[in-house]
Amino acid sequence: MSLRHARRAFWGILVRELLRFFGQRERLLAALVRPLIWLFVFAAGFRTVLGVSIQPPYTTYVLYEVYIAPGLCGMILLFSTMQGALAMVYDQEMGSMRVLLVSPLPRWYLLACKLVAIVLVACLQVYVFLAIARFWDVDPPWLGYLAALPALLAAGLMLGALGLLLSSLIQQLESFAGVMNFVIFPMFFASSALYPLWRMRESSELLYQICAFNPFTHAVELIRFALYLEVAWTELAWTVGWTVLFLAAALWGYSPVKGFLARTGKGE
Amino acid sequence: MSPPALLVRDLSFAYGKGSKALDSVSFTVPASSFTGLLGPNGAGKTTLMALVTRLFSGTGSIEVAGRDLARHPGPALATMGVVFQRPTLDLDLTVERNLRYAAALYGLAGREAEQRIGAVLERLGVADRRKAPVRTLSGGLRRRVELARALLHGPTLLILDEPTVGLDIDSRRALVDHVHALCREGELAALWTTHLVDEIRPEDRVVVLDRGRVVAEGTVEEAVHAAGCRSLAEAYHRLTGRPAVAA
Repeated sequence: MSLRHARRAFWGILVRELLRFFGQRERLLAALVRPLIWLFVFAAGFRTVLGVSIQPPYTTYVLYEVYIAPGLCGMILLFSTMQGALAMVYDQEMGSMRVLLVSPLPRWYLLACKLVAIVLVACLQVYVFLAIARFWDVDPPWLGYLAALPALLAAGLMLGALGLLLSSLIQQLESFAGVMNFVIFPMFFASSALYPLWRMRESSELLYQICAFNPFTHAVELIRFALYLEVAWTELAWTVGWTVLFLAAALWGYSPVKGFLARTGKGE
Repeated sequence: MSPPALLVRDLSFAYGKGSKALDSVSFTVPASSFTGLLGPNGAGKTTLMALVTRLFSGTGSIEVAGRDLARHPGPALATMGVVFQRPTLDLDLTVERNLRYAAALYGLAGREAEQRIGAVLERLGVADRRKAPVRTLSGGLRRRVELARALLHGPTLLILDEPTVGLDIDSRRALVDHVHALCREGELAALWTTHLVDEIRPEDRVVVLDRGRVVAEGTVEEAVHAAGCRSLAEAYHRLTGRPAVAA
């Protein structure tokens, strides 16, 4: 594999993801509606119920909207990358995955390119969300938007790798709805996205431990601190560690046979 | 002497722990030949295609233009073009965008990709649809675009997995003609999978697959003669126990 070939292939894969994303406006709309409803409606309703005391990285009392914004960034990444990764194995994407897999580059490289492209498109959605949220009093320092990019990439890669791993592990993964109920929602709710973990600890120590272990919590905290120009080193280490683990397991377990069988019923 | 475009030896494959989908399959696709891979539904044709294109891996060996697919997958795949049974074009993107994507995967970009896309679309008579979204094309034209995409990087072996499925008679005939012409003109060999005997011409080579095993291989004449029959349709019936199908 020459460097030039590898670079061109990555660029080709990324351009295709971007064109597909912008070609389907309803996809962008769907990706934004969910977190915006949480921000506009849920946060407005709960701001009085769920008080947030001063805690790092915030230096003053913050509005509940401000607190959940990084969690909603994580939510966008979670849905978008998970959906993208699962589609790589099961969905209509299988057709174009075949085109990808018969090209003369190592399979691990092609899958990694595809994953990075999915994550970059998801990051784009996060920035659109953050731009809208700015009008809703979610106003981190301007440099924070830039600082958040590596955090978003790391978090996105971790979640995408998890999606890829899930699709290679679970046999009867018939639809995205199943993954939503059994993976996405538990991950989202048992995390620090919607409430600080000390609040969780007040109600249950076990729940607190689960939340603290949840990879999504680390991803959200990494994004939260980066948005306010701080590096959460522990969270970063956790996120990178989870990514390496998920990615290694996913690449090891990835088999096009499964997607093939899912599409043809039993193969031929 | 140049190596065969494709050499398959003792290839076996099973889905999970089930019975073998392919059992010691061996055959050759000589350079610049049109080889029809004939077999009824369930014979293992699509599985064989997936192995030859390295989507799956089985036991046995596959050589593409003298290069072992398992040991040197990059160079082997670089000389191969594939038209899949199911459509794999992005319907929302234009013909050109689809081809640019494929070009990038084969390391082609810029002016070189531009020229090759122009040349291959011209050759297949779809140059005027270059900027059209694939969604607006008929089934026959989409197939031609898929063929153009498979030819973009100048392969020496073209793999076509039941490429005429879902096409009307005229489009089907046009596609069969196109691929035969490509094999006659250049140094391209084609492995064409089908269960329709009328897509195979008397001058072609044929491999007949039944229940995961090769039951005949050679020129059409050789296969017909070996089966003690008078036509390919009759030989196919005798070898597979199923009547030959024509569209």
